[in-house]
Amino acid sequence: MKYTHHTSFLISCLVILILLPLFFHSIESSYLVSTLTRIVIFAIAAVSLDLLIGFTGLVSFGHAAFLGVGAYTVGILSFHAYEETTFLGFSGTLSGLVTMPLAVFLSAFVALIIGALSLRTKGVYFIMITLSFGQMLFFLFVSLEQYGGDDGMMMFDGRNTLPMLNLNDRVEFYYFCLFWFVLFFWFATLLVRSKFGRTLSAIRQNEDRLSSIGINKYWAKLQIFVIAGIGAGLAGALSANHTEFISPDITHWTRSGDLMIVVILGGMGTLVGPVLGTFLFLLLEEFLPLILHSLGFDLLSEHWRFVFGPILILIVLYAKFGLYGLIFKWRS
Amino acid sequence: MFLFLVSAGLTLIFGFMNVINLAHGSLFMIGAYAIAFIYGMTNSFLLSLILSLPVVAIFAWVIEVVIIRRLYTRDHLDQVLATFALILFINEGTTMLFGRMPMFMDVPPLLSGTISLFGIVSYPLYRIVIIGAGLVVALALWIIIAKTRLGMQIRAGTTNRETVEQLGVNINQLNTIIFVAGAMFAGFAGALAGPLTSVEVGMGENLLILCFVCIVIGGIGSIRGALLGSIVVGVVDTMGRAFVPDLLGKFLDPTAASGISAGLSSMSIYLLMVVVLVLKPTGLFPVMKSS
Repeated sequence: MKYTHHTSFLISCLVILILLPLFFHSIESSYLVSTLTRIVIFAIAAVSLDLLIGFTGLVSFGHAAFLGVGAYTVGILSFHAYEETTFLGFSGTLSGLVTMPLAVFLSAFVALIIGALSLRTKGVYFIMITLSFGQMLFFLFVSLEQYGGDDGMMMFDGRNTLPMLNLNDRVEFYYFCLFWFVLFFWFATLLVRSKFGRTLSAIRQNEDRLSSIGINKYWAKLQIFVIAGIGAGLAGALSANHTEFISPDITHWTRSGDLMIVVILGGMGTLVGPVLGTFLFLLLEEFLPLILHSLGFDLLSEHWRFVFGPILILIVLYAKFGLYGLIFKWRS
Repeated sequence: MFLFLVSAGLTLIFGFMNVINLAHGSLFMIGAYAIAFIYGMTNSFLLSLILSLPVVAIFAWVIEVVIIRRLYTRDHLDQVLATFALILFINEGTTMLFGRMPMFMDVPPLLSGTISLFGIVSYPLYRIVIIGAGLVVALALWIIIAKTRLGMQIRAGTTNRETVEQLGVNINQLNTIIFVAGAMFAGFAGALAGPLTSVEVGMGENLLILCFVCIVIGGIGSIRGALLGSIVVGVVDTMGRAFVPDLLGKFLDPTAASGISAGLSSMSIYLLMVVVLVLKPTGLFPVMKSS
C-alpha cells in the first residue's frame, strides 16, 4: 500500500495536539493532560513497531522488550541517584542529558543483539523467537530484586531533570514528549520515503528477488530492527519518566500484543495509522468502562475487555486497513 | 506431561491448519475451570473429568466455526491478533463468571497417596497417573496418525492442503475435527492439572508460551518434535530451578544469588530456544512442506 501523506490532515492534527493541553489546562483537567501524554508516548512505540510489521513485514512479538530496556535504564539510574550508590562504578543520575541518550543507546544495542540472532529465522519462527527474547528480558527484570523484582520500583526523586525545562510540570512534560513524538514521526516519514524505505518494502513483498539484485536483505532488516528498537526504547524512557514507576509489567508479552493491536487497529503500513490506533486504543481503555456504565451495563463496565475482544476480532477479520482505511477511503 | 498434551494439540493445529492459536492456553484454562466447577457440584473426580471434556469440545467447536475458520487463508499476523483478542474475551468472561479468586480442588483420595519408586524415592501417585495418561495419549495419537485413514488424511493435509481437497476429502470438516481434538488435549491437560495448581484466570497463558517454545524447538507440526521438545523444556526448566541457585551460590552471596538464579532459570528455556533456532532455524524435526 502506498504511504500517502495528507499534509493538511497532519498539520491540523499537530495543531490540535499542541492546543489541546492548553484547553485541558483551562478547564483544569490535569488528568486529561496525563492521558494525552500517555497516548503520545505509546504512539512513538507504535510507529516504531509499524516500521517492522507494516513496512518490512517482520512480525515482531517482543517489541515491549525495548520499552523495558529504556524504562529500566532511566529507573536504575534514578534509583542509584536516590540511594547515592554506584552501579558498575557509575553513579546514578537524574540528568535527562545522560539518561535519555543512554536509554536510546542501550535499546539500540539490545536490538542489535536480538535482531542479529532472530533475523536468521523467518515467519512463525521469527514471531516465536522475538516473543521468547521478550520473555527473557521480562524474567531478567523480575529477577532484579535490588530494583524491586516483581513489584517494580518508584522513582523517588521524581522525573529526570533537563536544563531550561521542568519535566515535573505536567504540561511541560507533555510538550517534551510531543517533541520527541513529532521528531520520530518525521524521521520515520523520511525513512520510508527514502531508498532504504523502498528496500524495506521490497523485503516485505518478495525477499528472494531482492537478494538476486544484490541487496543484502539481512543487513537491511537488522538496520530497521535497531531503528525500531530505538523508537521503543525512547518511548520506554519517556514512559518511565511519565509514571515515575517502573515494573517488569512493561515488558510482559501482552504489552507486545497491545502494541500489535494498536498497529493493526490503526492500519499497518501507514505511519498515521498506528497513531490513530493508539488514540483509539487508549481512549477506549479509559472511556469504554465509562460508556458501558452509562449505557447501564454495570457488569460489563468493569470487564470492558469482554466487549473489546470481539470488537477487535471483527476489525481483524473485516477491516483490513484499520482506522486509517476507514477515514481516508471515506474521504476520497 | 502437561506440556506435551498441550503442545501436541497446538502443533497438530498449527501443522495441519497453519493457524497460530494463542487461545490454546485458554482452552487449557477452560478445562481446568470445568473440572473444578463440576467437581464442586458432584464431588466425583472421575465424573467431572469425563464431563469436562465435552465442555471443552463444545467451546472449541464454537470457536472454530465462528472465528478460526475465517483465519485459514489469512497471514500469521491476523491469526495472532484474532486469537489474542479471543484470550481477552475468554479471560474476562471467566473472571465475570467465577471472579478473581483462584479455585482449589483436592487430589481425589484414591490417587492422593505416594508410591515408592524402586524403593529409593517416593513419588505422588497422582503425578504418576498423569504421566501414564500422557503416555497413553501419545500412543493413541501415534496410532491414529500413523495407522488410520483419518491419520493419513491429516498427514497428507499437513503437507499439502489443496491436493487433499482435490482428492475429495472434506477439508473443512477435517479442520473442525482436528481443532476440536487439539483443543480437547489442552482441555484434558487442564482438567488433570486442576487438582495440582490453583485454577485461576491467566493460568493458560504462561503454559501457552512454554508450549510454543516446545513446538518451536521440536519443529512446528511434528508430534514427535512436540514430545521431544516438551521433555527437553521440562528437564531444562527443572534442572535450571534445581541447580542454578547452587551453582551461582558458589560465586555470589546467597541473597543476590537466589534472586538472579530465579530469573536465570526462568530464562534458561528461552535461551535454549534461541540456541536451537540459531543453529537450526526450523527446529529439530522440521516437517517437509510443499508450497
